[in-house]
Amino acid sequence: MTLLSVRDLTVKFATRDSSVTALNRISFDLAKGERLGIVGESGAGKSITGFSLMNLLSRPGFIDNGTILFQGDDIVKMSESQMRSIRGNQMAMIFQDPMVTLNPVLTIGQQMVETLRAHRKLSQKEAEQIAIVKLREVYIPSPEDRLGQYPHELSGGMRQRIVIAIALLLDPQLIIADEPTTALDVTIQADIMELLLELCQSNKVGLILITHDLGVVSQMTERTLVMYAGKIIEAGRTREIINDPQHPYTQGLINALPQQTQPGNPLKQIPGNMPSLAAIPNGCAFNPRCEYALDHCRTTAPEIVQYAHVEVACHEVSRLHSDKSEERSA
Amino acid sequence: MSTLETIPPPSLWVRLWDSNMGYSFRRNPVAVVSLIIFVAVALMAIFAPLVAPFDPYDPAQIDIMNSEYPPIWIEGADPSFLFGTDDQGRDLWSTILYGTRLSLLIGLCAVALQAFLGITIGLIAGYVGGRLDSLLMRLADIQLSFSTLMVAIIFLAVTQAMFGSETFNQYAIYFLIVVIGVAEWPQYARTVRATVLAEKKKEYVDGARVLGFGPLRIMVRHILPNSMSPIFVISTVQVANAIISEASLSFLGLGMPPSQPSLGSLISSGFDYIFSGSWWITAIPGVVLVVLVLVINLLGDWMRDVLNPKSFKG
Amino acid sequence: MLAYLVKRVFQAVAVMFVISLIGFAIQDNLGDPLRELLGQSVSEEVRQELREELGLNDSFVIQYTRFLGKALQGDLGTSYFFKEPALDVILKKLPATLELVLGATFIIVGFSVPLGVYTAIRPNTILSRIIMGLSIVGISVPVFLTAILMIYVFAVGYGWFPSFGRGDLVHVFGYWETNFATLDGWSHIFLPSLALASIMLPLFIRLIRSEMMEVLQSEYVKYARAKGIWPWRIYFVHALKNTLLPVITVGGVQIGTMVAYTILTETVFQWPGMGFMFLEAVNRVDTPLIVAYLIVVGFIFVVTNTIVDLIYGLVNPMVNLARMGA
Repeated sequence: MTLLSVRDLTVKFATRDSSVTALNRISFDLAKGERLGIVGESGAGKSITGFSLMNLLSRPGFIDNGTILFQGDDIVKMSESQMRSIRGNQMAMIFQDPMVTLNPVLTIGQQMVETLRAHRKLSQKEAEQIAIVKLREVYIPSPEDRLGQYPHELSGGMRQRIVIAIALLLDPQLIIADEPTTALDVTIQADIMELLLELCQSNKVGLILITHDLGVVSQMTERTLVMYAGKIIEAGRTREIINDPQHPYTQGLINALPQQTQPGNPLKQIPGNMPSLAAIPNGCAFNPRCEYALDHCRTTAPEIVQYAHVEVACHEVSRLHSDKSEERSA
Repeated sequence: MSTLETIPPPSLWVRLWDSNMGYSFRRNPVAVVSLIIFVAVALMAIFAPLVAPFDPYDPAQIDIMNSEYPPIWIEGADPSFLFGTDDQGRDLWSTILYGTRLSLLIGLCAVALQAFLGITIGLIAGYVGGRLDSLLMRLADIQLSFSTLMVAIIFLAVTQAMFGSETFNQYAIYFLIVVIGVAEWPQYARTVRATVLAEKKKEYVDGARVLGFGPLRIMVRHILPNSMSPIFVISTVQVANAIISEASLSFLGLGMPPSQPSLGSLISSGFDYIFSGSWWITAIPGVVLVVLVLVINLLGDWMRDVLNPKSFKG
Repeated sequence: MLAYLVKRVFQAVAVMFVISLIGFAIQDNLGDPLRELLGQSVSEEVRQELREELGLNDSFVIQYTRFLGKALQGDLGTSYFFKEPALDVILKKLPATLELVLGATFIIVGFSVPLGVYTAIRPNTILSRIIMGLSIVGISVPVFLTAILMIYVFAVGYGWFPSFGRGDLVHVFGYWETNFATLDGWSHIFLPSLALASIMLPLFIRLIRSEMMEVLQSEYVKYARAKGIWPWRIYFVHALKNTLLPVITVGGVQIGTMVAYTILTETVFQWPGMGFMFLEAVNRVDTPLIVAYLIVVGFIFVVTNTIVDLIYGLVNPMVNLARMGA
């Protein structure tokens, strides 16, 4: 059953005289309880996609076109008050840096209780009881004492656990996690990811995990979208994308992973940088960095089409594929 | 093109006009009008002796019989006095021009003194660091916790009582500059210190040190330019505040004497006559003072919006 | 907490010590107490005798110690003009000034928070633009001009309010007589309070607005929205509390500035407070009164700043008072 269905989502940023396109006709679906990874370099539009789903784009960004059907209702057309009753309730978000997401002058208890009471008629006591249960679920020791503490009294990892607990407070259908471990110590990143995976599986919550880390995506998600310069360039089952990437950019990303390189050799990096949104090249946005690019890649943008097991937006994908098969057979 | 044309490098003005600042300036009518008014007032003040029809400091040109003529658009006016005359029979227009000149002079000199003290102390505190830094910043806190105006009032009151009005009046302008100039140094010192601390960590400062440049040269040539834009913004606001402070002190009789009035003392002397109907002696210098301070504040606001990317436009 | 308090009080005492030194230096150099006591037609011998008797020939340190000892007992000398203890003269005038400051503070707090918050939340409405436009005019008009304008328009022109004095007062206790008990008292204090608030109010509106706008851009406000918190709670609980932290600090400094502005307001409205009295004392070279004023005002500054620092520490959970004392 489809939980979320995004069609032709286009997001623009107003500039001094005109606007730049940050998201260019994004379409994807998410089934109930499914876990989806969105991968790409910073600036590819991953976070903007996340905030668009919450209808929380801050100015000058705005949704220009498209639909976002969440449980059958279009979020783009919803009023602010309808949207408010969904946020935090059916759809929760985990922000990147737990050091700045929690309000420094409110206690953990206040920030949990207010979330519950914004959506349900509960007494202070009842809300606190639920908060304690959820804190226990994320393995916070002595949760009763935490309610009276301020964020600055807790470590980064502890704070992110609390943010996860807040996300689970109202048993949402979907959690959007925007780089939830990037700001944390490397040693606790894996713990937090494991916790998130465990909770999503046991509560049957849908997850959209936004990250630049393909390794994390392969552990956490069932399906993956690869984004480049505001477009989805490859989409499919995570295992297939990791094992047999079709788009040259995805291939480059996977080849750049440390485990793809023999120790002692330099990492294989994709040459060049992603273009800025204000200066996206004509044709396929990846063409200046692509070793397979031909003339028509520089003039016409490829549509995303089914190829092999995945969907991919590349004119030359078949040639690329046959090249690779030859390589293999040779 | 076959011939090599030499294109002259764009002048400072052209570069300024084309810059981001120039662009936002042209698009902001409030800033443009404010600058025009400020330049006009400043020019008239600077050239007061040429613009003014009378010399308000020359007793020979003052006739007490001419006192309290209204401005020319009101009945009973004398056509030779555009804005009428004050209680001593001085032409109000000329007196305002000379008064504006004094107000601007005191404001600018006081802020120059503030900036000099504050920048020096800020550079030293930030560069030397350690105990000296915390001592200086503690002093800055304490200094800031005392209102400048309060300190100035008490200092000037005591000075006046000590030296007597006559001597005091003679040196009033210097007292005003010093007292307004000394009290506000922490504003600059804090800003400059913050930049020094931020810049000190950067590589180019190490580079300069390795090259054997002395601390003075490093600070003045390398670090100071990085704090120019906040200094600029502070200075604009400070000039406006200094002019208000000067006017307030003169209004209380602790500043410029009536014989050599600034805008504040002119308003003060007019206040005694406001109930008898001679409103213009207070009102016209008052309007000039407010307009002068307002355009400086408006320019300061605009500048802060342009130079500080974190600020928000309303 | 206690350690912080002790440290803060110690600093306050140090500042008061410096102020007393300045006060003594003024006392020592300004005016001639003998002339005030004896008049001019007294022989040199008698003068010398009295100098010795008053201890005016003692060393600076001894004289200062004596001054400090007396000051600590509340003896700041006798006013030449009123022939009364200087401290008493000031304490009698203090309530008038404090009530004026109180009135202005009510106006400032009452209007700056809603207007500052409104202009931050809705920066582009016509009302916001009008408020911001008026506020920049407000900070550009000196207090004394506002006061004069108010008298000219509302007292002389329309005759709605009296133009000077305190009007009917009701005795509370000690030297304290209040304006706030009668209608006449209210009508007398209204214009002076408004004039006194006229420059601070726009300053605070602008400060609250810019702090609030910065806070509204923060991650935690965005996060609160993502949690589906009601907008009014985001504005008044999440954002305002963070906004007020820097405002409290500035507020403490501004209370001191307001005492300075009372001198201007009291002069224009002939308000019988200590600012008005101070200027008269200066004109009469009433040294003990000048020194007493300096010390009382210094004391007010130091006390308000200390209190504001403590309040800041209590309101801001990130300031660990116990640790700061160490």
